[in-house]
Amino acid sequence: MVDVVVFAIASVIVLGGGLGVISFRNPVHAALSLIASFFGVAVLFILQEAHFLALVQVVVYAGAVVVLFLFVIMLLGVDRAEDVSTEPIVGQRSLAAAGAGLILLLALGGLFLSGPGGDDGAVALTGQPGAVTPLDESSDIEQLARDLFTRNILAFEATALLLTIATVGAVVLVRNQGGEDLVIDDPGTSIH
Amino acid sequence: MEVTETWYLVLSAVLFSLGAFGLMTRRNPLVMFMCVELMLNAVNLSFVAFANALDDLAGQSAVFFVLVVAAAEVVVGLSIVVAIMRRQPDATVDEFAEMRG
Repeated sequence: MVDVVVFAIASVIVLGGGLGVISFRNPVHAALSLIASFFGVAVLFILQEAHFLALVQVVVYAGAVVVLFLFVIMLLGVDRAEDVSTEPIVGQRSLAAAGAGLILLLALGGLFLSGPGGDDGAVALTGQPGAVTPLDESSDIEQLARDLFTRNILAFEATALLLTIATVGAVVLVRNQGGEDLVIDDPGTSIH
Repeated sequence: MEVTETWYLVLSAVLFSLGAFGLMTRRNPLVMFMCVELMLNAVNLSFVAFANALDDLAGQSAVFFVLVVAAAEVVVGLSIVVAIMRRQPDATVDEFAEMRG
């Protein structure tokens, strides 16, 4: 019963945050609702006993990624509201709603219609459970570490390479090649 | 009443559709990136639900790698946005068409 209450509260936070991201006109507000959504997902991770992932979710997503977003918003001075009342492409809104609704229908249809047991969604979608690395009684961080450093060691090394490439790429992309300096010291002026 | 993985999967589907809708309607590139993050989070949520339901750690490992790739994607994407905004301070995604070679 406690689970149900926690799930309900967390899913309201997740969906409310998501709605905020797509509807707030000011990007700063959108970023803040994104944090709310990430926290809700972290709570749901804890509810499913993925404690390490919940921690990483808060530190990496709600911490680093959103701070990066806010930093770029402030740096560029684009913290002005977007006019969300106009539609640059005629019918874009309704087409997008139809597309998103189709995605939702496909996902829910796959979940409830496929396989013999409609309610046993996960098994219906992926077949019988045939765990490669079954969960055991040790803590989830221990199991995850064992999995990452044995079975997935190559992928783990590849992520290190990926992060290095991303860092170098970011530095190269934003390097100021003799252009005008950004005005970032004076909060009252933007670059235009 | 008990929380089953179906609940998580339904929530994940709704969150994914929200993100997709936002991605198709918003024009500010930063907000579009946020919508992509929402979609990635929805998928992470379903990965963890599957890991629990099928009693398999592979789902949790997948979430770990999704996190890393998402961080790298945000870093590169935002630096592209910074580079473009520097040339054209008022750019929306419509102006990004000039990236054509």
